[in-house]
Amino acid sequence: MPKRNDIKKILIIGAGPIIISQACEFDYSGTQACKALKEEGFEVILINSNPATIMTDPETADRIYIEPVTPDTLCKVIRAERPDAILPTLGGQTALNTAIEAAKTGIFEEYNVEMIGASIEAINKAEDRELFRNAMNKIGLRIPKSGFAHNFAEVEAVAQKIGFPLIVRPSFTLGGTGGGVAYNAEELNRVAKSGLDASLISQIQLEESVLGWKEYELEVMRDHADNVVIICSIENVDAMGVHTGDSITVAPIQTLSDKEYQVLRDASIAIIREIGVDTGGSNVQFAVNPENGDIIVVEMNPRVSRSSALASKATGFPIAKIAAKLAVGYTLDEIPNDITGETMACFEPSIDYCVVKIPRWTFEKFPEAQDVLTTAMKSVGETMAIGRTFKEAFQKGLRSLEIGRAGFGADGKDHLPDSLAGNDLEYKLSTPNSQRLFYIKYALKHNMPITMLHELTHIDPWFLHQMRQIVELENQIKLAGKNLPKNLLEKAKKYGFSDQQLAHLTKLTEKQVEQERKDLGIVPVYKLVDTCAAEFRAVTPYYYSTYESECEARVSDRKKVIILGGGPNRIGQGIEFDYCCVHASFALKEEGVESIMVNSNPETVSTDYDTSDKLYFEPLTHEDVLHIVEKEKPFGVIVQFGGQTPLNLATGLHKAGVPIIGTSPESIDRAEDRDLFQAMMDKLGLLQPENGIAHSYDEALAVARDIGYPVMVRPSFVLGGRAMKIVYDENDLEEFFDLAVQASPDKPVLIDKFLEEAFELDVDAISDGETTVIGGMMEHIEEAGIHSGDSACVLPPYSIAPQHIDEMADAAKAIAKELNVKGLMNIQFGIMNDKVYVIEVNPRASRTIPFVSKAIGVPLAKLATKVMLGKTLKELGFTTQVIPAYYCVKEAVMPFDRFENVDPVLGPEMKSTGEVMGIDKDLGAAVAKAQFAAGQKLPESGTVFISVQDKDKMAALPVAKDFYDMGFTIMATRGTAAFFEENQVPATPVKKVSAGRPHVVDAVKNKEIQLILNTGATSQTQRDGYEIRRAAIKYKIPYATTTDGTRAILSAIKALKKERLSVKPIQEYHKQNV
Amino acid sequence: MKALLALEDGRTFACRSFTGPGEASGEVVFNTSMTGYQEILTDPSYYGQMVTMTYPLIGNYGVNSEDIESNRIQVPAFIVKEYQDYPSNFRSKGTLADYLIKGHVLGIEDLDTRALTRHIRKSGAMRAAISTSDLDPDSLVKKARQVPAMQGSDLVAFVTTKKPYFWKYNQPDYVNADSLSSNFVWRHRGKKFSVVALDFGIKYNIIRCLERAGCEVLTVPAKTSAKVIKGLQPDGIFLSNGPGDPEPVTYAVDTIKQLLGFAPIFGICLGMQLLGMAMGGKTLKIKFGHRGANQPVKNLATGKVEITAQNHGFAVDLNSLKDNASALTHINLNEDSLEGIHDEALKAFAVQYHPEASPGPHDAAYLFNQFAKVMTHAKA
Repeated sequence: MPKRNDIKKILIIGAGPIIISQACEFDYSGTQACKALKEEGFEVILINSNPATIMTDPETADRIYIEPVTPDTLCKVIRAERPDAILPTLGGQTALNTAIEAAKTGIFEEYNVEMIGASIEAINKAEDRELFRNAMNKIGLRIPKSGFAHNFAEVEAVAQKIGFPLIVRPSFTLGGTGGGVAYNAEELNRVAKSGLDASLISQIQLEESVLGWKEYELEVMRDHADNVVIICSIENVDAMGVHTGDSITVAPIQTLSDKEYQVLRDASIAIIREIGVDTGGSNVQFAVNPENGDIIVVEMNPRVSRSSALASKATGFPIAKIAAKLAVGYTLDEIPNDITGETMACFEPSIDYCVVKIPRWTFEKFPEAQDVLTTAMKSVGETMAIGRTFKEAFQKGLRSLEIGRAGFGADGKDHLPDSLAGNDLEYKLSTPNSQRLFYIKYALKHNMPITMLHELTHIDPWFLHQMRQIVELENQIKLAGKNLPKNLLEKAKKYGFSDQQLAHLTKLTEKQVEQERKDLGIVPVYKLVDTCAAEFRAVTPYYYSTYESECEARVSDRKKVIILGGGPNRIGQGIEFDYCCVHASFALKEEGVESIMVNSNPETVSTDYDTSDKLYFEPLTHEDVLHIVEKEKPFGVIVQFGGQTPLNLATGLHKAGVPIIGTSPESIDRAEDRDLFQAMMDKLGLLQPENGIAHSYDEALAVARDIGYPVMVRPSFVLGGRAMKIVYDENDLEEFFDLAVQASPDKPVLIDKFLEEAFELDVDAISDGETTVIGGMMEHIEEAGIHSGDSACVLPPYSIAPQHIDEMADAAKAIAKELNVKGLMNIQFGIMNDKVYVIEVNPRASRTIPFVSKAIGVPLAKLATKVMLGKTLKELGFTTQVIPAYYCVKEAVMPFDRFENVDPVLGPEMKSTGEVMGIDKDLGAAVAKAQFAAGQKLPESGTVFISVQDKDKMAALPVAKDFYDMGFTIMATRGTAAFFEENQVPATPVKKVSAGRPHVVDAVKNKEIQLILNTGATSQTQRDGYEIRRAAIKYKIPYATTTDGTRAILSAIKALKKERLSVKPIQEYHKQNV
Repeated sequence: MKALLALEDGRTFACRSFTGPGEASGEVVFNTSMTGYQEILTDPSYYGQMVTMTYPLIGNYGVNSEDIESNRIQVPAFIVKEYQDYPSNFRSKGTLADYLIKGHVLGIEDLDTRALTRHIRKSGAMRAAISTSDLDPDSLVKKARQVPAMQGSDLVAFVTTKKPYFWKYNQPDYVNADSLSSNFVWRHRGKKFSVVALDFGIKYNIIRCLERAGCEVLTVPAKTSAKVIKGLQPDGIFLSNGPGDPEPVTYAVDTIKQLLGFAPIFGICLGMQLLGMAMGGKTLKIKFGHRGANQPVKNLATGKVEITAQNHGFAVDLNSLKDNASALTHINLNEDSLEGIHDEALKAFAVQYHPEASPGPHDAAYLFNQFAKVMTHAKA
């Protein structure tokens, strides 16, 4: 069946901001889909609020609405665009939910919009647990038995039906407490009682326990003609009980025979047919009993997913692209396989390597949260590695993680306990956690038998044995020491050992290991990812390294540039940097230069084999990158786009003679080194906050006294504001000093004057060394002291005096010239008491580049790439700053709902996972859009709860008055309420949590509060404020924790009351700038 | 233990034996199936062929007593990238190495199997020798060149059953050759379709599939005459898969010619090639064959694509059957080669691929029911 001609215009729903469980994989799938449909001649309309995506680039779709991904906006866009069809299966759960909600309004019928990909019926059948259970039973499959209970009689009845062991899960708890496993009736009594107590609605779910069962996933595709193929099979290393997003996973399946695999294959095909996914991809998850092979269907996602992105990267089969084509009528046998060029997409990829995905967690950012993995996903990113053996891929994956490890330990960072009894070893093995792999290693080091390790971890013995083989080789290498024989060295490389590990084990330097290895001719070869295990010739150059005999890298004699990507997503380093890397690749293509991408993150657009001329899916380490450079001999390497990861490699690569293009590593150093930076500020006559360095607490005390409180205390050589704290007096200094020392031991602690209540701005600029153009100035909504990545900001600034704007522009230009910046530069300014301070300079792409580019309609990263190749900004036609005639608001999106016990307040340490953009000619409306996009459902009436510290009361008064005047009821704690009353703002008093019941959290639970403004969180107000803020998160009530954030929400609600939010495509906004 | 693999064109690969000392020779072919090594090892179609698996980790789930396709390992040697000596699977009864050693079959690992595969793809399947004792490349290449060529050899004679058998308790139940003299041999006459399977190297799973489709299968030696078969008055005749070149298996072609039209015929793989020749077609050797579990085949009647298991180095020449009445039923989506034929009048059909899978997907399992249907119609 060829392409449908009855539809012309298709609306695609994006996934919105990056959150835990929904990361840049949906930019990857969405971008592929947009490109595929445009290629087919469809008019493509897109909604997505995430500015850091390639899919919201003006070229990706015909009309792009950077608007909140909500049912309301979706309806507005449908009214404005009148699309023929809507494709909701490429934007994650957000897009599916948004489409389903919108469908309930009847808008699809009203405007005759067809849902393609999956019907509402199919989506419901997959998502609704009872419908899904019935569907599975119908085709002879089953899902875990379960039931709800509200009292002991019900508990007994349900337990009877399910049998033991079973899992008790309290419904609706704060803190996920009170659940557990019951192996017998006696235990059940106990666990059920605590569960019923913990549940806010006295309800528990009892479910058949499949803990310890093996978990498998299959990626399935189906077309209109009912052809179904399996693209990839995945085995989870972690057994059932750990969310698949938090599991280490391996492709293909390792421990099933063909007979057992085919049973899963048949089941997957039956499931996609029964659920009725007409076209596209689905993910099916199974639990398999390791004792007897019994199968349970865990779930089915009728859309592309994180796993499908992984499957695409693991096999070379572009699931999202094909899904888009299937949605418009093609069948699988009509679509060519890009990789071979000669075969069709209707086949099942065969791979001849092993793929390992390892999640990246950021528990260090949330010290209050327990590092325990459960069925709720907590990782923020992942890395994928490819090798010819599991051991090789596993170690490559570990060194790609950006956690400072060089592989499976053996890098000097192991904390080996003295014996198996030490370090809570058994607990750490039996309770899944982010560090468990390393504890497995310690257990293996102490010769714990595989059987025992398996009993504790439920990890399949096959995987444990692989790990044991690595440890055994480690022991051999250590024994051989400096005189490592060639065969052992070769074997070590085949087992994925890095030179860094070998250096540690042999007590040689990394350089010596490298030299010896190269002298022996032991260098990696590059193999192709070709979907077909070499059965056909592959045309797409997608490579991975391994230690074997034949190298397949086709090195051209063209001028080429290597772009180093950002590695796994983590807080502080996300999709924004991948966006810049992708733009670098596009720019190189435009300039006729061969683009070579190196990255290890399977979720990204940069690791789409389509993005660059060549893709090396490799760890971003000195050793791995150097090998590629040696093979490709590029004209230059770009390190300034991929965030901190490649930047950390810059100096080493530079020393090894690798040509770094753009701003020189020396200049980067000058901006990062404290003394050099100070000298430059003095030379240019610029101000920076007073500061000092302390190596001891006494020194810190002296420096702080000298500068005057408040001061900002932070460790040096860390990222994303790690362990950074504002200290108001000497009482707190010691504690935070110690924290800083812990975060970066043996390094000095930096102490800066904290610019209290200062305005803070981010400025992104581009320079060719001669001309410097301001890309954008962003005024932070929150006062100084909140990490710039977590602060909402507005472009252009809305409250900064013109002379300060000029002063900042001049300073930026002077700094760019001084540092001879070739490319991008980001500066943070603070304005206090009419003085402009330079807080920080980063001569590289910043997190805000995509936002600024979307705001002004100029692709800054692309231009910067061309500058690096030698073009001047004049030649590129970008010499004057674009100041939009509308407001663009960036709002950060926080992961607090994922981490129990974490206080959701903002501070100098970055905690957000993603961002959204709101655009409008009216500032309040732009703020409102950003709030809605970030998931805050701002009320237009109801009750506002205001709780502020004494010092903030004056500031809160006008806010309270405005809300009151707009018709809101004001609720406040006793002191604040009295203060408002005294000042003619009627307010209802309510008890603090510590003052007895009913208190404010009861009011939240009873839905008596629609908005929470809770500011001034310091250690003194902790407990009460904390309970309120957690309740806000749990019950999804919009909240603000800063005075400025409060004002912004006020302006947004004012705008909402004035007129309905409108929608407008980004291309229309950009026209206004010309 | 050190070993060497030498190809007839002079290329050699240093490797290690994981089954102790030994020497083996044969044609080297690759299989792209990621699972199912035990079925592949015991598939008689691989007789005389040393198989390399493109998936690098082999042995993961061990071996068991159920996943067998004949009564022994058929390959002379098995070539993998990294042998896995610590199997994990609830059905596993032992390691692959022990299994190979018991079958006196050489297993080698630690060579660039992808390079080997690419070499075969470019240069075609070729003869080779592997040794743990003769590590001299020149000498071993010479040995590789002495291996008899597959083209022109009748390999069926080596794998066909010596005695006829029924299928009972998931294994052969042998009967005396002279019991073929009458149709009283059938045990479920009238209740099940009486099917004679000509064994050119039949995979057990074909018999299992036929039995599941309601057949009682009597597997007979390849040289069983048409007269004897006719005397058994079967409801249908099955032509099995098997190793090597169909051209020299002239006796089978003669038998099939005499059986055409007598009863419904269903052929698989070599069975299709022999049927094609009996209907006047020709066969040819294809460069490196199709061996794997992911070959897309289009059913021309329904337009639907089946993902199929395949294992063949020879094929029916599409052009040679052009003028024949037989209809093309299936083609390979990747290269438009012939995958299925059907002669309505003669009630004969055959496919080049393996609907019995094992290893591989079950998409084409419907063909066994189709055979049953044809037999039902023929009876009526």
